[in-house]
Amino acid sequence: MPDLLIELFSEEIPARMQARAAADLKRLVTDGLVEAGLTYAAAAGFSTPRRLALSIEGLSGASQPVREERRGPKADAPDKAIEGFLRSTGLTRDQLETRADKKGEVLFAVIERPGRPAAEIVAEVLARTIREFPWPKSMRWGAGSLRWVRPLHSILCILSDEGGAETVPLEIDGIVAGDVTRGHRFMAPEPFSVVDFDDYEAKLKSAFVILRPDERADHIWHDATNQAFAAGLEVVEDPGLLTEVAGLVEWPVVLSGAIGQDFLDLPPEVLRTSMKEHQKFFSVRNPKTGRIERFVTVANIETRDQGATILAGNGKVLAARLSDAKFFWENDLRIVAEGGLAAMAAGLANVTFHNKLGSQADRITRITALAGDIAPLVGADAGEARKAAEICKADLQSEMVGEFPDLQGLMGRYYAKAEGLDDAIAEACEAHYRPLGPTDTVPDAPVSIAVALADKIDTLAGFWAIDEKPTGSKDPFALRRAALGIIRLILTNDLRLSLDRFIDAQLLRHKIELNREEANDDDIDTLEEILAEIGKYGVFGSAFRAVVDARKGKNGKVVDDIGKRVPDVSDDLLSFFHDRLKVHLRDHGVRHDVIDACLAMPGSDDLTLLVKRATALSEFLGTEDGENLLQGFKRANNILTQAEEADGVEYSFGADVKFAEEAEEKALFAALARASEQLAPAMEAEDFGKAMSVMADLRAPIDAFFEAVQVNAENSVLRRNRLNMLSQIRGICAGVADLTRIEG
Amino acid sequence: MTEKPKSFQEIILRLQSYWAGQGCAMLQPYDMEVGAGTFHPATTLRALGDKAWAAAYVQPSRRPTDGRYGENPNRLQHYYQYQVIIKPSPPDLQDLYLGSLAAIGIDASVHDVRFVEDDWESPTLGAWGLGWEVWCDGMEVSQFTYFQQVGGHDCHPVSGELTYGLERLAMYVLGVDHVMDMPFNDPKSPIPLTYGDVFRQTEEEYSRHNFDLASTDQLFRHFEDAEAECARILAAPEDDPRSGKRIIAAHPAYDQCIKASHLFNLLDARGVISVTERQAYIGRVRALAKACADAFVRTEAGGYSA
Repeated sequence: MPDLLIELFSEEIPARMQARAAADLKRLVTDGLVEAGLTYAAAAGFSTPRRLALSIEGLSGASQPVREERRGPKADAPDKAIEGFLRSTGLTRDQLETRADKKGEVLFAVIERPGRPAAEIVAEVLARTIREFPWPKSMRWGAGSLRWVRPLHSILCILSDEGGAETVPLEIDGIVAGDVTRGHRFMAPEPFSVVDFDDYEAKLKSAFVILRPDERADHIWHDATNQAFAAGLEVVEDPGLLTEVAGLVEWPVVLSGAIGQDFLDLPPEVLRTSMKEHQKFFSVRNPKTGRIERFVTVANIETRDQGATILAGNGKVLAARLSDAKFFWENDLRIVAEGGLAAMAAGLANVTFHNKLGSQADRITRITALAGDIAPLVGADAGEARKAAEICKADLQSEMVGEFPDLQGLMGRYYAKAEGLDDAIAEACEAHYRPLGPTDTVPDAPVSIAVALADKIDTLAGFWAIDEKPTGSKDPFALRRAALGIIRLILTNDLRLSLDRFIDAQLLRHKIELNREEANDDDIDTLEEILAEIGKYGVFGSAFRAVVDARKGKNGKVVDDIGKRVPDVSDDLLSFFHDRLKVHLRDHGVRHDVIDACLAMPGSDDLTLLVKRATALSEFLGTEDGENLLQGFKRANNILTQAEEADGVEYSFGADVKFAEEAEEKALFAALARASEQLAPAMEAEDFGKAMSVMADLRAPIDAFFEAVQVNAENSVLRRNRLNMLSQIRGICAGVADLTRIEG
Repeated sequence: MTEKPKSFQEIILRLQSYWAGQGCAMLQPYDMEVGAGTFHPATTLRALGDKAWAAAYVQPSRRPTDGRYGENPNRLQHYYQYQVIIKPSPPDLQDLYLGSLAAIGIDASVHDVRFVEDDWESPTLGAWGLGWEVWCDGMEVSQFTYFQQVGGHDCHPVSGELTYGLERLAMYVLGVDHVMDMPFNDPKSPIPLTYGDVFRQTEEEYSRHNFDLASTDQLFRHFEDAEAECARILAAPEDDPRSGKRIIAAHPAYDQCIKASHLFNLLDARGVISVTERQAYIGRVRALAKACADAFVRTEAGGYSA
């Protein structure tokens, strides 16, 4: 069983593409070999900045021969049919066999495909893999037409066993495969040949190339942490950076240096971001002070001066970069000292947020108003929430964030502190962007919550107001993430608020802005009055009717239009929230039909209530009682629905225990009376656990009733009474959730 | 080991003689205001078509928004690029490039020279390519690109393009921290001149001009003019009645494209182009670049044969 070694040697492969490429090479080649009838014992892919390599152990030396028989037309079939068969089999007439069959003489083709040597198959598969390689971006070079991530220089492809190594004959666009590779670009540039994978990896190492990316990463981390430890410091962990840096070097040499005194007072996040973004440096922190004091850079070469020149050069570049950062920091602080973050935010009036939704300043005005509305419901002071909202995006105008967009929010926090603003406000500057993803931390401070909710609701309402909703995989404004953020803010903090009211208010704020040009002053007055009343009435619709009725006759087309549209848009946005909630709860094991059953209940824009109900119902349905009660309910509901359809009446009133004949029937009457008595206070207290246990108590009487009693009795009085009793079951259940939505 | 260069101009001279030694035609700067060496027709237009080509030149380049009145240690509104373009890209282009670093005194055995992914795209030229920025001890010293498309045309064969930011590279080689302190000629010359002696005043003057004095009304008008002129030139029939020859004026048309591009840069520096308009202006310049590329590939230098 030979082993196969492949190396594709090229100019520098982007670090971010290497791991995927090594995996793709392994997958494409092994799939191709297996498809062609070869087997193998093990395979592994490797990458460095200049090479992709694949080692396959225990490859079969040849594919198995294949014999295939195909039945063709009758021997006396028309020529055309026989010709067609010859074409499809690739044989000639005299190669066909004639065999007797029940129906006469029939032609058979016997096709024998001999086994093929592995080398032939490898050459084919590798050539195809190279030509069809799925690089995220590929290029041509010189006068050739081959595409690769960067110019491909050589191909090493050998099969080796105890007898020695054999080069697989292969040529692609003038590149002839061989058994030769090269070492480090500067430290060992001479070509050398190899006989198998062990030889390859060992010779590479002596030519200053570590083949395995994880080995390079381990080496970097080991040396970096050792050097930091020796100075009483620690390296700031950054797995992403470690992987990237390991993809930039074949022979990692870890060098560390000090950060100039002038820069040590910069915020640690600024130092880290600047060093990482621009120079791929690791930060080295003093564990006692939390300050970043040194850096680690990884060179790709050992030099006779032990890296002194390299370190000096890197230090110089770093100083230039940090001078920029320090300049930004000091300039920003000067502006804050002179006029506060309010002065910094002034320029946001000239920054477009979205061409239909106005400037960043317009946006902040809306967010500020909404944050004030929300504040009392989340335990925040409305004045503080408004103040925080006013300045929370000021840092977008800072020079530091202009240079390092990732630092948005964080710089706002620093600058708010520099201005002497309340900690709660400073914190909101950073926290109001959160949560950024499904695993990001959720703010828990009241002011931060108020601004975070206002920011996200404003964004969603705005894009709904201009009808730019996410479609399919397209969500350029990350609206799904914003909705999930709102959901998590509400659930994590156990907030009790009615989303409708805030969605409506913010939709209306957007509509007022969008129509300000077209509408007359009266219209705007009307709309602003409605906006002021939404809090009182709870939703747009009632506020609209109240205000419009009071101002009868004075409203223009704009007001009418808005009155017609806002409720639909609002419903649509709320159902978007519900869809996101289903996705969110699905990940927590709550089925979508359970949520649907709860959505039909009142107060479904109160997400905390909705989730409490859904969770309780989900747990209940998971029990035996729950499962059986559901079946009982469905049976009752089916019988009742059929009867109602057949009789054209609704059975919903007047079941009387005096018409109950059977013991089971009487027992059910009693159980239902007890249940409705207990259910009301439980629902009132939103004690869904209690409600479910009340429902659970119904299970046995319902089961027993169906067991013993025939609902559709001959006696029409009995029948009507029983149907009316089934209606009580339906009514009681409907008070908890719409069980007709539950599947199965 | 090569001796270290002593001045800015010596670095340029060494690059010139190195690339001349590699067989490149030593061209001179293009005589128009451009944002980068790539705009020189010796790169933009010559990257098109199938004719072999090898050239190198210094190109004075202007980026009005980068003006800092001569005060910033690294930023200039007028600076020099050294540009090498070879078509088809030779298989040893990386080695040739490393040879040029050695020629200016960067010894790759004591420095850390790295090729770090950086794909190049010029939305105004309708061009893109793949390559790297070359790092020396953590500093970007060159841009290295294999052109894939120019003016909307696939490049076949592919040109290899090297661009050196001369001031930054020279500051590094010479160990200077502020560009204005860099020796322009040999410090031992009878009249030693620094970069500041030559350019500090012009940086001040142009910074003021670019940010405050340039007449925006006139710039807008000139932009329209250049755009119209480019189209007018390209609309001329191929057969020239005066000479009786087939002459497509691709280069004169391309001059107008260069003009429009620079006018756009100036308008941008004056801060009178909004974010949304910006895209539209870039699109208009790109349309000119594409039209010029379409014209050039119908000329002899662009590979056309009757």
